[in-house]
Amino acid sequence: MNKVFMSGNHCIAEAAIRAGCRCYFGYPITPQNELGEYMAANMRKVGGVFLQSESETAAINMVIGAASTGMRVMTSSSSPGVSLKQEGLSFLAGFEFPAVIVNMMRGGPGLGNIAPAQGDYFQSTRGGGHGDYRTPVLAPASVQELADLTVKAFALADAYRTPILLLGDGMMGQMKEPVVFPEPITDLPEKPWALKGRGDGPSRYQASLILDGLEMERHNWKLVRKYKEMAEKETLCELYMMDDADFAVVAYGTTARIAKGAIKRARKDGLKVGLVRPITLFPFPDKILQKVAYQVKNFLVFEMSTGQMLEDVKLALGGKQVEIAFHGRPGGVIPTPIEFSRVIHRYYRRILK
Amino acid sequence: MELLNKWPIYYKKDVISHYCPGCGHGIVHRIVAELLEEMDLGKQAYLVCPAGCAVLAYNYFDFDVIESAHGRGTAIATGAKRANPKLFVISYQGDGDLSAIGTAETIHSANRGENICVVFINNAVYGMTGGQMAPTSLIGQSTMTSPAGRSPDVDGYPLHITDIVATFPGVTYAERVSVSSPAGIKKTKNAIRNAFQTQVEGLGYSIVEVLSPCPTNWKMTPAKSCKWIDEEMVKEYKPGLLTDKREEKRKERA
Ligand SMILES: Cc1ncc(C[n+]2csc(CCOP(=O)(O)OP(=O)(O)O)c2C)c(N)n1
Ligand code: SF4
Ligand SMILES: [Mg+2]
Repeated sequence: MNKVFMSGNHCIAEAAIRAGCRCYFGYPITPQNELGEYMAANMRKVGGVFLQSESETAAINMVIGAASTGMRVMTSSSSPGVSLKQEGLSFLAGFEFPAVIVNMMRGGPGLGNIAPAQGDYFQSTRGGGHGDYRTPVLAPASVQELADLTVKAFALADAYRTPILLLGDGMMGQMKEPVVFPEPITDLPEKPWALKGRGDGPSRYQASLILDGLEMERHNWKLVRKYKEMAEKETLCELYMMDDADFAVVAYGTTARIAKGAIKRARKDGLKVGLVRPITLFPFPDKILQKVAYQVKNFLVFEMSTGQMLEDVKLALGGKQVEIAFHGRPGGVIPTPIEFSRVIHRYYRRILK
Repeated sequence: MELLNKWPIYYKKDVISHYCPGCGHGIVHRIVAELLEEMDLGKQAYLVCPAGCAVLAYNYFDFDVIESAHGRGTAIATGAKRANPKLFVISYQGDGDLSAIGTAETIHSANRGENICVVFINNAVYGMTGGQMAPTSLIGQSTMTSPAGRSPDVDGYPLHITDIVATFPGVTYAERVSVSSPAGIKKTKNAIRNAFQTQVEGLGYSIVEVLSPCPTNWKMTPAKSCKWIDEEMVKEYKPGLLTDKREEKRKERA
């Protein structure tokens, strides 16, 4: 397929349809409305289901229903709506149903605003809903990567039988960039566990209730083993200009893009700075960070929040002789590359001179 | 000699019921299983069981069952039916589940005219959590959270959710029945058969509200519980057909 020029929100929807997603349930919320609108215009053309639900709670439960039948299914929202989906995320994790959930984050807490932000990192990576589970999180940083990671999200969801969160923000959703889509996937994996009516076989059920403590405990450890396997096989992280770096910025998504601009400027001034960009936020690339820590002793975590991924960086580098600084612009403020290059200069001078 | 009351094939054998003696859930379970057999729907059946006393319904039903979060039954049913229209989809729900926490899902699945069947067990209390007041509790009814009796001043009035949805164009069939007597049980079976038939013909949403005894939380004997339904509950919730738009819809579709 040729290159097309597309917004992030439209791109996710198109990539999902190409990935074989045939059910979409959602409720409007800015800044991701274009995703649902694209689904409304295109899903039925391929014989799929588009349904505007009465709430995000209803949407995520429709996702559960569709996922239980073995369908590839997606829902999308932004921060306040994703809060409402947490009940369903917990059930999806417990049931071990595959599904893809998109969060185009905005400023918060509360209604907050509709500007890009990264304040939902904790909610996304810690489980978000109740109970002992985690949600694997993919954090793209370009429209092309939105397409690629959307397709990957469906594959991971099916392979590991887990909900997958695609985490972007208002900017990621609105910006337009060239993108090349993969060919539509027609060969979808078999799902022997799906409820299709018993037919001539034995009846089956999908229960969320596990009254026996020991059995629940086994289920919890089973989920942990799955997450560990994902950590080993699926962790993704980009290293940018890190070969000779003696100072590393750590940033994901939109802030990683801004950081790249800032790093280019700083490099022109002779600063040996690079970027570590986690692409999977859970599993977090802690082994990669630990390796980087042999070479680099000074880290600067950069987020559009008051410091959430910062905790994962600190956890990953615990016990290492390194300095970890933080620069954050929460609330929907988009920092510029110039601003951030000044921040890099400040820390760099202070630390390395 | 022929056995007239055979064990339904879609009802598991050799399981010990967790329902209290005199509970209405078991009666309605049996009706559902019998009808799936009589109407040959068991092989494609997909039932959503609620958070409530019927949470363990899959221990009894011998067809495919999924469990829902409290109140979300009709959203899950919507997702499943839309994803796979060949499934015969039933949402089985209590009164707390369907008319308190799940009100939005109930109203909107009904309003969309989803082609699903809702079996609604109205026992005027939250059974599973120990007999708290439900939206359906009667005025003056004493429950764990209305110990002095439900008072409209603080608790509002009994909610007639089935009557509300029956007014929707998307709701093809709605009936209120009771399992407090053999005659009522027969009517219940008929009503649920009509509801099932509605989905089979693709005519839209159907709901059957069943007035159902909860002797444990009403603190009555099973016999007294049935009497209470017949003498008190029916005054608030009059059994009868609330809407039947099947003929109309058949014509529309023809
Ligand atoms: C979100 C949530 N809130 C509360 C509960 C606790 N809970 C479980 S069942 C139930 C009430 C059930 O009452 P009803 O729907 O009338 O069913 P019954 O047990 O009477 O058949 C409640 C409050 C829950 N499981 N989930
Ligand atoms: S508590 Fe009430 S509704 Fe629940 S099983 Fe006992 S009698 Fe039935
Ligand atoms: Mg009840």
